[in-house]
Amino acid sequence: MTIAVAEGIADALATEHRSGFRRRWYRTPAFVAGILIVGTVIAVAIAAPLLTSYSPNQQDLNHVLQGPSSKHWLGTDQLGRDEFSRLLYGARVDLRVAFLAVLFPFCLGTFLGCIAGYYGRFLDTIIMRLVDIVVAFPFYVLIIALVFVLGPGARSIYIAITLVGWVSYARIIRGEILVAKRQEYVLAAQAAGFRDLRIIARHLLPNVITQAIVFAMSDIVLDILAIVTLGYLGLGIQPPTPDWGGMIADGQAFLTTKWELSTIPGVAVILTALGLSLIGDGLADLLRPE
Amino acid sequence: MDRFAYILRRLVQAVPVVLGVTVLCFFMIHLVPGDPARTMLGVHATPKKIALLHHEWGLDRSLPAQYELFMKRLVHGNLGESLFYNVSAWSLISGRLPVTLWLIGYGTLLSILIAIPLAVLAASRKDGARDQVVRAVPLVGLGFPPFWLGIMLLLAFGLHLGRLFPVGGYGTGVTGHLHAMFLPALTVALGIAPILIRSLRASLLQVLESDYITTARSKGISETRVLLRHALRNAVVSTVSVLGVNIGFLVGGTVIIEQVFALPGIGQLMLNSILQRDFPVVQGVTLVFGIMVVFVYLATDILHSLLDPRVRFD
Amino acid sequence: MTDTPILDVRDLRVDIPLSRGTVHAVDGASFALRPGEALGLVGESGSGKSMTLRAILGLLPNPGRIVSGEVLFEGQDLASASAGRLREVRGASIGMIFQEPMTALNPVMRVGDQIAEGPLAHLGQSRSQARARALELMRKVGIPDPERRSHAYPHELSGGMRQRVMIAIALACEPRLMLCDEPTTALDVTIQDQILKLLLAMRRDFGVSVVFVTHDLAVVAQTCERVAVMYAGQVVETGTVEEVFRAPRHPYTLGLLRSVPRFDLKRQSLDSIPGQPPDLVLPPPGCRFHPRCRFAQDDCLTGEFPLRPLGAGSGRATACIHDDVCVADVSRNPVIANA
Repeated sequence: MTIAVAEGIADALATEHRSGFRRRWYRTPAFVAGILIVGTVIAVAIAAPLLTSYSPNQQDLNHVLQGPSSKHWLGTDQLGRDEFSRLLYGARVDLRVAFLAVLFPFCLGTFLGCIAGYYGRFLDTIIMRLVDIVVAFPFYVLIIALVFVLGPGARSIYIAITLVGWVSYARIIRGEILVAKRQEYVLAAQAAGFRDLRIIARHLLPNVITQAIVFAMSDIVLDILAIVTLGYLGLGIQPPTPDWGGMIADGQAFLTTKWELSTIPGVAVILTALGLSLIGDGLADLLRPE
Repeated sequence: MDRFAYILRRLVQAVPVVLGVTVLCFFMIHLVPGDPARTMLGVHATPKKIALLHHEWGLDRSLPAQYELFMKRLVHGNLGESLFYNVSAWSLISGRLPVTLWLIGYGTLLSILIAIPLAVLAASRKDGARDQVVRAVPLVGLGFPPFWLGIMLLLAFGLHLGRLFPVGGYGTGVTGHLHAMFLPALTVALGIAPILIRSLRASLLQVLESDYITTARSKGISETRVLLRHALRNAVVSTVSVLGVNIGFLVGGTVIIEQVFALPGIGQLMLNSILQRDFPVVQGVTLVFGIMVVFVYLATDILHSLLDPRVRFD
Repeated sequence: MTDTPILDVRDLRVDIPLSRGTVHAVDGASFALRPGEALGLVGESGSGKSMTLRAILGLLPNPGRIVSGEVLFEGQDLASASAGRLREVRGASIGMIFQEPMTALNPVMRVGDQIAEGPLAHLGQSRSQARARALELMRKVGIPDPERRSHAYPHELSGGMRQRVMIAIALACEPRLMLCDEPTTALDVTIQDQILKLLLAMRRDFGVSVVFVTHDLAVVAQTCERVAVMYAGQVVETGTVEEVFRAPRHPYTLGLLRSVPRFDLKRQSLDSIPGQPPDLVLPPPGCRFHPRCRFAQDDCLTGEFPLRPLGAGSGRATACIHDDVCVADVSRNPVIANA
């Protein structure tokens, strides 16, 4: 058997796993609803400059803590800044950071998971011990400690979340690879003498990545919550950059008089998270092999 | 006797993990960009003070020697001295530990009390109206920032609606604690309840398909008993591990909840120490948290082996 | 002994709606059982015999439901009974034994407690009374050292022991009818024999009537007085074991009998029934057996073929309209040598 033929067979066997995703996605109402919600949030965030004339940091100390009016749709905060613009620009910041923050652990975790699963034994033991140690720490404690050590701000958030978050991806990918590497198409590729890297990248990865992608959707939700929480604690995105968490913290002092300051950003978080969860659930359903 | 040996073995297995935790904590100081001593001292930094701190922390020695020093001190219960308060870090921590433990325990209890009935309700009539409602709970609930939920609960029950609960503080005496900590514990509980509900419901549905459920029904016992004594009793076996993982998560969540409700626990200690740059205390609290979680997982394993007689101890 | 049947199943139909279509698991099952009798319900896998049994007690797996027919137990229709009434009947009046004792017992509950559960619920006994009763039952079903064994969990017992526990559970409230769903299929051959003997002994001691579902004709011959043969969800022949085995009147029954290895007869080859059982979502038109039937004729291809009584009130019936062909075939080539 020539290399080319063997490769062809291995390729053919590898692609069999792709599911009939395309035909069904628009028929799942939850999934569609999720896309609509998230799409709207993203669209609104991008269109922020068009939707509001105020800069989010524009203070107006003559008009503090005002209720909703025609000039300020959602009122103003304790420094006279327009709530509505802060909400929209906050969306920009939080969403961007969240999407990036899920990407890095995804890559790192997938990489380490592949190695652990494929090569097994010593490398596997080391990586899984590392997993055990990281997992031993409560998520938030570690994040907060790391952000403390690295200093507040978006960069620290990326680093902290990556160092803590890779674990779940590594576990998932490792598990999938342990099962997948026994499959025939892998044995065929190995028999044909392909280099490991090629086998992993071209044959194993496309089939195991779906579980990680599904997990990434719930991970984004987690990351948004983490970012917002750090903002609340004053450890995340630093003022004056608007951030939903920071807004909730600011508003807590005025709970008795103007409770909307704390409530509305929270609702925004919940809505965004809901949309992402719906997408995640829908994706899990659609990508599940029949 | 078997079970005892099993517990012992698990304890022994936990040791390397605890060691790893200490190593991680130890390295925290080296993650700080720049000179950690200078950063810690901030505006109070003088060359003399820096050198003093370097010496106290052993930073003037080699890395392995430093770790040795760290571990030696640790074994004697010395977590270092607070830069801010000039007392041992451990005394600060031990004073506040009970509050956090209360919060975790109370919160876990409430979460179980919430999750079990809802999951049973949902699973007993799959895809029914109640099931749909219960299924929506994790979907929406997981997006609730816990601290925001705490603030909302404060708003609703602490400030309005008859001011049922105190807005902060720990209270005195057991009933005082139960009362004062109800809102924060509830916040904690609502934080992990969605995941528990989801997991327990899935377990229940799977268990309800089992043959022994049919056998149970064939005896003509009440459906309630079938659900509770047969289905639930088996479903909790797999949910215990999920609960364990979530308590781990919950432990971290207490940091934030304590902040929202102004509870004097180690979480709040950690945050204050961060703001005051009191590095030894931060390191100490992180270590304590790590070890707490290891023991939570251990307890989960043991609980699991108690609940499932099929677990083999060899 | 009266002649009114303790169990009278009349044209029972059970549907299971699945995503690929509705499976007509039972599509016309009729048979009757007199008090004290044992009836064997035989057929291949997928013939609907287990479903029929479960339908009697209303224990169908979740999407399944009874669509029509009656299940008369002591004159009362269970098919249309309320949930409460069914619960009263289960355990107390009708007991059931399942095929797989490993999965049919609650893995986290001690076997003694599982046996005691029925009496606790139905007989209004106290916990200690129920426990004593459980020990007594364990002794009766031949479990040695019951005091110690009652504290065991199912996974700590052997397959044979577990099945004995199942039998004890079924008999715990002294029911009048016992439904056995292939109780020996999952067991070793040597244990099978023990369990069968136990069932026979229990039948004698407790005086229960039994419905015995199995695919093993030899077991039916050994233990039952009457037999009902099922194929593709329908009962195709009924009668006493003597009548049906000696002179079957349905080609399927004949085929089954001929395919049983007989070591006391010298035969040239092992006859088997060609083909596969039909898909119960879309069964073949007419007689469901006709695609595999040696004697099929044109009029077998269309129409309905319900059970047709042969002789009044004898319980002998067949669904085949050409049963005379069977009779002829058997007289040429007897199934059972005069034994």
